[in-house]
Amino acid sequence: MNDEHDILDEPSPVEPALDNLGQPTKPPVRTRAGDITRPTNELAVGEGDVRTAERGEGEYIVGTSLWRDAWKRLLKNKLAVFGLVVVVIITVTCLLGPPILKAITGFDYAYIPSDSALTKSFPPFTAPDGSFSWLHPMGTDNAGRDILARVLLGGRISLMVGIISTIVSLIIGVSYGATAGYLGGKVDDVMMRIVDVLYSLPYIILVVVLLAMFGGKSPLSQLVLLFIALGAISWLTMARIVRGQVISLKNQEFVTAARATGVSTGKIIFRHLVPNTLGPVIVYATLTIPQVMLSEAFLSFLGFGVQAPLASWGSLANDGVQNIAIFPWQLIFPGVTMALALFSLNFLGDGLRDALDPQMRKV
Amino acid sequence: MLRFIVRRLIITVPMVIIVVSLTWGLIRLAPGNFYTGEKRIPPAIEQNLREKYGLNKPWYVQYGKMLKNTLMLDFGTSLKYEGQSVGSILARSLPVSATLGLLAYLLALVVGVTAGTLAALKQNSRLDYASMALAMLGISLPNFVLGPLLVLIFSLSLFWLPPTRWGGFPSVNLILPVLTLSAVYMAYIARLTRSGMLEVLRADYIRTARAKGLSEREVVLRHALRGGLMPVVSYTGPALAFLIAGTVVVERIFVYPGLGTYFLNACLNRDEPLIIGIVAFISISVLIFNLLVDIAYGFIDPRIRY
Repeated sequence: MNDEHDILDEPSPVEPALDNLGQPTKPPVRTRAGDITRPTNELAVGEGDVRTAERGEGEYIVGTSLWRDAWKRLLKNKLAVFGLVVVVIITVTCLLGPPILKAITGFDYAYIPSDSALTKSFPPFTAPDGSFSWLHPMGTDNAGRDILARVLLGGRISLMVGIISTIVSLIIGVSYGATAGYLGGKVDDVMMRIVDVLYSLPYIILVVVLLAMFGGKSPLSQLVLLFIALGAISWLTMARIVRGQVISLKNQEFVTAARATGVSTGKIIFRHLVPNTLGPVIVYATLTIPQVMLSEAFLSFLGFGVQAPLASWGSLANDGVQNIAIFPWQLIFPGVTMALALFSLNFLGDGLRDALDPQMRKV
Repeated sequence: MLRFIVRRLIITVPMVIIVVSLTWGLIRLAPGNFYTGEKRIPPAIEQNLREKYGLNKPWYVQYGKMLKNTLMLDFGTSLKYEGQSVGSILARSLPVSATLGLLAYLLALVVGVTAGTLAALKQNSRLDYASMALAMLGISLPNFVLGPLLVLIFSLSLFWLPPTRWGGFPSVNLILPVLTLSAVYMAYIARLTRSGMLEVLRADYIRTARAKGLSEREVVLRHALRGGLMPVVSYTGPALAFLIAGTVVVERIFVYPGLGTYFLNACLNRDEPLIIGIVAFISISVLIFNLLVDIAYGFIDPRIRY
């Protein structure tokens, strides 16, 4: 078999990136001033770092190189570019679409026609008399609402839940992981033990109980509940990643320097260490968004998530699945849109990981 | 090893207590209760019912009783399904969910490991790209979209398979639900296997195995797979928790009388004993499953010691 040559000869895609001198690059360091620099080879690492922390601009190689490198690598990855383009298109359409649609056809997500002949589900591109029409490109739902308008609203809400819950999980996960990693010792043991314990709990079941018990008051409070619940369950992996990063950073000289100059522990963690973990954090946050959107859709599908007249892709799928035999378009449009969005987000996240952090490769 | 197992089993008890207490707290803190449903019952009858179920005692007495019963694995009787003990409901619905979950996971393992291994062996080939794109699709396509689509195609258009209903263990009714449930895990396992295998195939011991003249087949099956499957083994623990969430959806789509369906109904009806029974049961099984995975880990990778 010639496979073995393939495997042995080919450079691994995950080997550390080489700089233009052919030497492995050192991990980039973000200085106090906020510039990202790489320790240069002429300086001893420690020396370089201390200078980095103390001197002004121009003393060392100022680089946006990490981000520019990453951007270049990302652009080379066709699937990631595809993901990026589709994500941008979907986001822009969901943001700008509803007002445009309202202006052109006069439909919004909650518009129910007053004529009772129209309050039923029409197939895509069909006028009430059965002829071709551009009025409802995705058809209408049981109440005669325009599905396109509802899918766009669903996109807004799904993306919003994804982003806000991810931010919640970022805040919790980063502070938790950085604190555990920096303090180390017993504190770290206890904190990470808690994460291990939480990992093995069926928390999605608890979220269902939470939403079933406290949900359903108003669509808006339901949304807030969703943000918090989903954010609160998705920070665990983030905490682990940040902790690992912080542990590998905390013995570097810029931290010692900060400590020597009397910077408080909290400031060291959040001003000096956390910014340095940005790469993996961005990567993982990108991958958290589709996960959270999926969880939201799961909950909405079961009827515990977003509530009418608001809609998310999950709740639209829930409405659609009831009528799958007669009105399949009610499920297909929101379902396929959602799958496309998740697909692109996952590819983008994967691409970002390869671009920003070649060493980190998991699923 | 034995000490490790015993320690983990002991930890299970406080963890189940935490989960059950959280659930109980959520149910009790929420406004309303089982009797504030759509169908109002006369106050006198409600009073009697409350007395019967001990709901008129102070909260700490009720909490203590609930904890004690949970630890004895006696969850009482359901409020909604009158006269049926939670245990009997569990016994009735578990086989349905377990069949579904087990078949789905087995299918995912077989397909996922095969696809992942082939993709890793032929890295950057068409096969690799195709299977990884397919895997990404599997991860991105929510099961509640996939399931109805499969029904639409195979039941409502082609009339090959029945669209819903539980039909016992070996039955064609299982094909669509199992496929629906298994897609995500197939995809995850394929990706995990691929990345695990890629790493292992570059290891020195694989070079040694090749150098001593083993056939490629033997190198892959006997040496590489063992190391390459480690990520899959460690994924099995979390997978169970997600599998449970997945069965809830699949049981709803295909109208299966499984654990998930009862759980949903219990939540909607605020059927406290049933909710607590199911949550406790799920937590215990997830925790024990995680323990089994950790033990298996030690067997597969002799470098791991407890």
